[in-house]
Amino acid sequence: MSAVVAGRWSAGQGGVRAALLALAPFLGLLALALVLPLVGNDYWALIGTRAAIYWVLVSGLNLIVGFAGQLAIGYVALLTLGAYTTSVLAAGKLGAPVPVLAALAAAGVVGALSGVIVGLPALRLRTFYFAMSTLGFATIVTQIALAWQSVTGGGIGLAGPELSAPFNTAWGYYFVCVGLAAICTWLSANIAASRFGLALIAIRDAEVAAEAAGISKPRALVAIFLFAGALAAIAGGLFATLQTYITPDAFTFDLSVLFFIAILIGGRGSVLGPLLGTIILTVLPEIAAPLAAWSTFLYAVLLLVIVLAAPGGIAALLDFRNRRPLASNRSIVPRPAALRALMGEGTKGEMLSLRDIALHFGNVRAIDGIDLDVLPAQVHGLIGPNGSGKTTTLNVISGYYAPSSGSLSIGAAALPAGRPHLRARRGIARTFQTPRIIGEASVLQNVMIGGVIAGEESFVEAMLTLPRHRRSQRRLAALAREALAVVGLESLAEVRADRLQHSELRFIEIARALMLRPSFLLLDEPAAGLSHDELERLGTLITAISRLGTGVLLVEHHADLIFDICDRVTVLDLGRVLATGTPQEIRSHKEVVSAYLGG
Amino acid sequence: MFASILATGLAAGAIYALVGIVYNTMFSASRVMSFTSGQLAMLGGVFGSLFMLRLGMPTVLAFVLTLLGCGLVGVVTEMVAVRPVLKSLDKHLYVLSTLALALMIQQVTAIEWSTEPQPFPRIVGWGSGNWDEKFWLPVAACAATIVGLEYLHRRTLVGHAFLAIAEDNFAARALGLPERNLRVASYALAGIVGGIAGFSGGELLLAFVANGPFLNFYGFVPVALGGLGNNRGAIVGGLALGLFQQAANFLVGGIFSSVAVFALFIVVLLAAPQGLFGAATARRV
Repeated sequence: MSAVVAGRWSAGQGGVRAALLALAPFLGLLALALVLPLVGNDYWALIGTRAAIYWVLVSGLNLIVGFAGQLAIGYVALLTLGAYTTSVLAAGKLGAPVPVLAALAAAGVVGALSGVIVGLPALRLRTFYFAMSTLGFATIVTQIALAWQSVTGGGIGLAGPELSAPFNTAWGYYFVCVGLAAICTWLSANIAASRFGLALIAIRDAEVAAEAAGISKPRALVAIFLFAGALAAIAGGLFATLQTYITPDAFTFDLSVLFFIAILIGGRGSVLGPLLGTIILTVLPEIAAPLAAWSTFLYAVLLLVIVLAAPGGIAALLDFRNRRPLASNRSIVPRPAALRALMGEGTKGEMLSLRDIALHFGNVRAIDGIDLDVLPAQVHGLIGPNGSGKTTTLNVISGYYAPSSGSLSIGAAALPAGRPHLRARRGIARTFQTPRIIGEASVLQNVMIGGVIAGEESFVEAMLTLPRHRRSQRRLAALAREALAVVGLESLAEVRADRLQHSELRFIEIARALMLRPSFLLLDEPAAGLSHDELERLGTLITAISRLGTGVLLVEHHADLIFDICDRVTVLDLGRVLATGTPQEIRSHKEVVSAYLGG
Repeated sequence: MFASILATGLAAGAIYALVGIVYNTMFSASRVMSFTSGQLAMLGGVFGSLFMLRLGMPTVLAFVLTLLGCGLVGVVTEMVAVRPVLKSLDKHLYVLSTLALALMIQQVTAIEWSTEPQPFPRIVGWGSGNWDEKFWLPVAACAATIVGLEYLHRRTLVGHAFLAIAEDNFAARALGLPERNLRVASYALAGIVGGIAGFSGGELLLAFVANGPFLNFYGFVPVALGGLGNNRGAIVGGLALGLFQQAANFLVGGIFSSVAVFALFIVVLLAAPQGLFGAATARRV
């Protein structure tokens, strides 16, 4: 017991050190920004201010592009919108003139709403559609700015809002923008580190697993569309003040490209990388003046090179920790004894039942009238030849397919057909035939994904790291470490998941599923690719999970494992139930033996 | 007014439809939607103006050279931006690689050609008013392209091979079809169609670098409405979009026509994510 406590304590110490290490580059950049006035002239103030304003926009956009993986390529539109909203309101072109701060706030609101409208296609459609809708939005905002002459001044433009003393000097304004940039860094880093940030990277790299963990893509995306839209429009207002006079020409598509590429150069899923990317891309054309005309071309070349050669960007170059070699003779030793601490007391008593479930794809009857009962505290094996409908049955239970007919229920309550992200809340967790893992995230983060929906704190609480968020975050991490301890992988918690072996990924998926403390656990061929010893340990682990009250539905081809640990076995053939019974009954069932087991 | 809505609407719609066919041709061969689609049509106009006005070539020669040039850009798209990412596990990389190439094309055009709209010469010299050639030429070019593609797909062996690749890439390869060469050929074909769109629409849209991103969006809308890979949908969608846009233009003014098009795009996509004539989704789990 004391060893566990000591272990956790030292993990806490390491956490503080790691946090300081992670913070150091940001503090260093801030120090550089504060030193700049001592060494630079007004020209540098201009460039520094511009970089800070761009970062205000990019810090929000980074959550969309770098974390959620949604390719928003036309974000200059929101900059334009913010610049015009602020300028028009401050100049009194629509009603009475408004103070600059109020105009900026109004721009933030307009930007947040527009961010959601532009993002709507991303909620339902493939990436390219979202890219297109942001591009289309960028085209029409410029057209409107040109055509709506009475308000925007058309091609002639209008004056940007002016700040009062002492912020109306070059350096005064510089400090305003750097201050705001620092705040935005803090906010976006908070979101990135919170359960909302985890949900975003899960949507990006393992959307199916995210749904199974109960993460709602629309909800997660709308929150960051609001956030990023507001920041982009506020950046636009600041940009208008910096320019002192704005015309539609000031908002070329090149700016969009700069924002977008700064993030990709920086690296996905990082805050520091895109910050460095923004600074580099803003400063570079200034240093190499002859290149200025060709800057967009160079950005595009850079983009192509990164896509083809170095998809990890700057962040991957700076990731020294994951260069250390891992021990090569690792073995997975699960500790079922730690389960009780993780799962609590098993109090579940209801039964998961499928009645006459059928699913047809055209004329193909993938499953054709299946009855199945998964009892609590039992391991139920589902076996059958390839194509007999085992995985399809799991997919119907977890909501990826809506059955053509039949009913699904837990106890007396029906399960809605085809709503995968609602399954986690009903206590159903699962693993996948091919592990659905976020390769770029750490093992610990991957496991934490499973507990994202258990958090109580709101998006705003997470953004401001209020106490409830910090408590919930600590609880989530602690729970994930416990789950990792159960499957025996706690020593790999901080390692990037894509460095692990296939068998280890299978156990990570089990740990992630256990985070839900599920009433029902669906395992899709968990033993594929495991060594003989690992297979045995997996069997012990599955039995231990079921003894705490969880009903386990196990799809597997290893007949030994099935007959060793299952309480009941159902055999499928050609989409129908061939037999159901205890392992002994199945082993001696004539048709099963001839159709599947052989012998 | 009705007649001019019809004339400008059908003309613009025919150009959008052709760009939609460019998207579809590339998509059918590789499952890739490319940002170079609109740029190819932009290049069609720029090449035409370059060859005829700046270099003083005869119309027919300029037309052929334009198509060759655009076909070449299509092949370059395949080699630089599509082939390297097709094998990658991250299926979205093509969005970035084709975007990068599109930006390069646009930037080179802006610097080496002009950032301002440049004139495009009259080609045939028939018609005036609503029957001016700048209105009927794109429609005629669109019709000719459809007939040509129909002939290609129905009557020629290469056309059948294109259809086979579009239907089932793996099966086509298993049959021994030279998938890579067919893909290159498809991209060349897409380039040529883009060239036709830009050349025939040159008098209407001028030789203007900003047509690239503009047509990228307005050419994609009919594809999204009509369903990916569905040329019939793209043509119906393109013409409808042109008419809708011009009607909005005449009735409520230029500001709101673009807003209306954008709103239409978003609303239809949310209501029918696969497009109005599209097929069902792919398997996910």
